[in-house]
Amino acid sequence: MADGWQLPARLAALGFFGVIVQVAAVSQISILGVSVDLAPLMVAAVGLLAGSLPGAIFGFAVGLFVDLALVQTLGVTSLLFIVIGYAAGRLRELRDPAHGLVPVMVGAVATAISTVGFALMQFLLGIEAPVSWLLLRQVVIAILLGALFALPVHALVRRVVSGALPDDPRRRRRRAYTTGGLSPLSRPSEGR
Amino acid sequence: MLIALVVVSLILLTAYFGESAGSPLHTVQRGVIQVLSPIQEGASRALKPARDLFGWFGDTLDAKKERDQLRAQRDALLAEEIDYQVAIRENRQLRALVRMDGNHGLGSYEKETARIIVRSPNNLLRDTLQVDKGTSSGVHVGQAVIAGGGLVGQVTTAAGGTAVVTLITDQRSAVGAKVLNRGGRGDIGLVKPSIGDPLDLLVQQLPRDTKVRVGDNVVTSGVIDPRFPSPYPPNIPIGRVTKVDPAELESNNQIHISPIADLRHLDFVQILTTPPPGGEERAQVP
Repeated sequence: MADGWQLPARLAALGFFGVIVQVAAVSQISILGVSVDLAPLMVAAVGLLAGSLPGAIFGFAVGLFVDLALVQTLGVTSLLFIVIGYAAGRLRELRDPAHGLVPVMVGAVATAISTVGFALMQFLLGIEAPVSWLLLRQVVIAILLGALFALPVHALVRRVVSGALPDDPRRRRRRAYTTGGLSPLSRPSEGR
Repeated sequence: MLIALVVVSLILLTAYFGESAGSPLHTVQRGVIQVLSPIQEGASRALKPARDLFGWFGDTLDAKKERDQLRAQRDALLAEEIDYQVAIRENRQLRALVRMDGNHGLGSYEKETARIIVRSPNNLLRDTLQVDKGTSSGVHVGQAVIAGGGLVGQVTTAAGGTAVVTLITDQRSAVGAKVLNRGGRGDIGLVKPSIGDPLDLLVQQLPRDTKVRVGDNVVTSGVIDPRFPSPYPPNIPIGRVTKVDPAELESNNQIHISPIADLRHLDFVQILTTPPPGGEERAQVP
């Protein structure tokens, strides 16, 4: 039972401290006029490591916390982060990508969903903002920064949740590859 | 589960968006902020060094960018300032040329203003200028050249679109001159450059009893003398007396003057192309 609570507890701590660090420090550092947003990267990493449902739940919780902490319209970031966490988890479950740079691509996509989605939601909610090249430039820079920071965030999340994950698909795949998909006991004999 | 999360998000969104500021969701949000604010403040202070470190990198990059911009701006301003200085200098010289017309009765001469395009590098022996006006502008050999309030020299070579001016500081130059001394006698001499220091002009062949003092002016004589053919109109300032050595005057009949025109910093000159009608004084010079 204690093991069952290990992952949610670790993810809760990760989400809480991640958002605090984001709000207290990272948001105040501007690179090329844009701040790095670690929250979607965290959500994507959790989805990629823990699966679609944990990813979606973590996304919802982190999104809600971000909305609360930043006094934004509740539900907007949650909705976007659910999509990010779920999509990253589905990628893991369906494709199980093994390439080391997958987190970079996933981070870039997560940032794109987050920034573009947030802008779209704001427009839908009637917040008037000029659609300009400046905005487009900022979105592009945010995506690039997201890709840049995706790998360290993924490594950090992996470190936090390692040991609490139910199963590692890579390990499973490696095992399947070395044993030909079968247990050594049930492997066909050499003479056949 | 996923659908439930999405639905909850949408409900929150809709409820929050439609609520007033005093509604439950807003109250909850304010409460959360109140609870989080000390944590955020603490985290903000704790993470300040890291923030400052990143900020330092950012500031350094910004400062470098700003420095490059300021350098470019400085270079542009420097180029602009140089342009202004050149324009002011040219303006001053052109004004001086115009002023000379009135002061020395040169208004009746046809004048061609020319820009100096080449200056002889070895001015110890050959002191010449090349200007951008030539025979096509009415410039011919022998015409007098003035600038900066005084005599510059004369045209010694003229082509279609250019001419060479030999300065009064050239070793081949000789100008008939009149010393405007206090006695008012106006002793006549010949201005030639001294050997080794072209800017030190000598007024030679003066009478031994010439009464002259430092600071007296020397002007062109424009005299008719078969020995000293003068292409220069009378009364153009040549120089000011800088040294009068009685022994030198006694033995060599000469005094020292410095040219009035700043011959080393000229950009424009005026060439007296056509003498006034009836001004045959010069024309009669053999």
